[in-house]
Amino acid sequence: MAVLRDVWTTFLGFLQVLGAMCMFFGRLVRYTPQVVFKRFSLVVYQVYNAGALSLVVIMISGLFVGGVLGLLAYSSLERFNAEDTTGIFAGLGLVKGIGPVFTALLFAGRAGTALTSEIGLMKATDQLSAMEMMAVDPMRYVAVPRFLGGVVAMPLLTAIFTSIGLLGSHLVAVEQFGVDVGSYWQQMQNIMDMDDVYEGITKSVVFGVVASLVAVWEGYNSAPTAAGVGRATTRTVVVTSIAVLFFNYMITAIYI
Amino acid sequence: MLRALLEPLAVPHRRLFNTWSRNLPDNLIELRDVDFSRGNRTIFRNLSLTIERGDVTAIMGPSGTGKTTLLQLITRQLTPDRGQVLVDGVDVATLSQAELYRLRQRFGVLFQNGALLTDMSVFENVAFPIREHTRLPESLIRHVVLTKLHAVGLRGAAELMPAQLSGGMARRVALARAIAMDPDILLYDEPFVGLDPISMGVIVKLVGQISDALDITSVVVSHDVHDVSAVADYCYVIADGGVAAAGTPAELDAESTELVNQFMHGLPDGPVAFHYDAPDYREQLLGAEKD
Repeated sequence: MAVLRDVWTTFLGFLQVLGAMCMFFGRLVRYTPQVVFKRFSLVVYQVYNAGALSLVVIMISGLFVGGVLGLLAYSSLERFNAEDTTGIFAGLGLVKGIGPVFTALLFAGRAGTALTSEIGLMKATDQLSAMEMMAVDPMRYVAVPRFLGGVVAMPLLTAIFTSIGLLGSHLVAVEQFGVDVGSYWQQMQNIMDMDDVYEGITKSVVFGVVASLVAVWEGYNSAPTAAGVGRATTRTVVVTSIAVLFFNYMITAIYI
Repeated sequence: MLRALLEPLAVPHRRLFNTWSRNLPDNLIELRDVDFSRGNRTIFRNLSLTIERGDVTAIMGPSGTGKTTLLQLITRQLTPDRGQVLVDGVDVATLSQAELYRLRQRFGVLFQNGALLTDMSVFENVAFPIREHTRLPESLIRHVVLTKLHAVGLRGAAELMPAQLSGGMARRVALARAIAMDPDILLYDEPFVGLDPISMGVIVKLVGQISDALDITSVVVSHDVHDVSAVADYCYVIADGGVAAAGTPAELDAESTELVNQFMHGLPDGPVAFHYDAPDYREQLLGAEKD
């Protein structure tokens, strides 16, 4: 009985947080036009902060993930003498699923944690309170630009991750195992259509919203202590990872 | 010298306000029968006090009595459970967010740790509220910022980042930022905490001189009795959820009640006990042995 009560309490707590998060998201969306028109430079800076500064980790990871995908696809397809179709598997895998998911997870680890800890520390050192006392709404000055920065950066990072991944897969399949370069790219072009690309774009946008929302929310609502900011940063990674995998499944199911 | 430097800061709208204010009631801030609790802990019960226009009012009291909470109630960072907080006759609880932000433009707040924006230089920190609330040309913003920094003696530190400042310097930059918009009311939250004697002397002097030169109503929250007494026109001692004593520094110094006497003279024991509430010492030690 006590276990059931605990589960029920936890569930109610989860619903409360989810509701508060939805309201927070509503405020972010409501202030977005104002921020875009009045504080565009802040948004641009946050795109740079979340996007450009994540480029190195995204590119290196993309190269290795593409390489592994090439290895696995080649070694499996070789058994059926179908190694010429390696490009299809690499292309579909990267564009539809692995690219957006890996980018979102890497984003959570690199930019998401940075956003959370930055906002959390601003809160702990009274910088957000100081803004409020200067009649500057920190939602508009701090939260919205960072949220938008993440939302804009994610599709761009996903495109870069996927492109570099395809290159990595090409290096392994074509340069290492000798798959015909024409077959590699031609097969990919023949099989993939725009729906596959749209699916990837949809995922990257949704993941961008989810990852940025979680990062900003956690920072904004962290306890104003060192331990509180640490816990919030950890939660950002955990919650974003679970949410991304959940939405990945949902969107994949919708597109099928 | 500093007074002479600060006088140009009194911009025309301030003079206008002062002329106009002669017809206003003397109480700029008033708390009426305020109750406030955090969880089960009562911070204030039936707290009433007034802060007069143009005065430096000190809010003193032992740690944990709710001095900072009082400032947060005045600026509506917190809302009372019961009672009213009036600023210039307006109940702050009734204001919309836009009205509240308009009111807050009349406040300058000096936070305990300065609360400087860490990704901006000293210059940008002071310019921040001006950029946000005015459309002044860059040349004029520069002029205003340098004037404010000069007033606190840190014009030469304009290009430094907050991380490069000492605690006292950060506090002075925060003070320059607090007066950047020529506020009517300056709230100081423990402005003397953690400062060396020289920095503390500078801040004490600035509190008094800024208040005089700009005719600002100042509220100083502190438990530093001697330094606050040096600049305050009127003092409140807060304890046990209400006002334990009130008066000029001289009146409080002569106050005979046990609590005020203990606080004003820094006695280690008295109504505010040295020991936090705990079970009997002997029983607790023996109990631990038995376990």
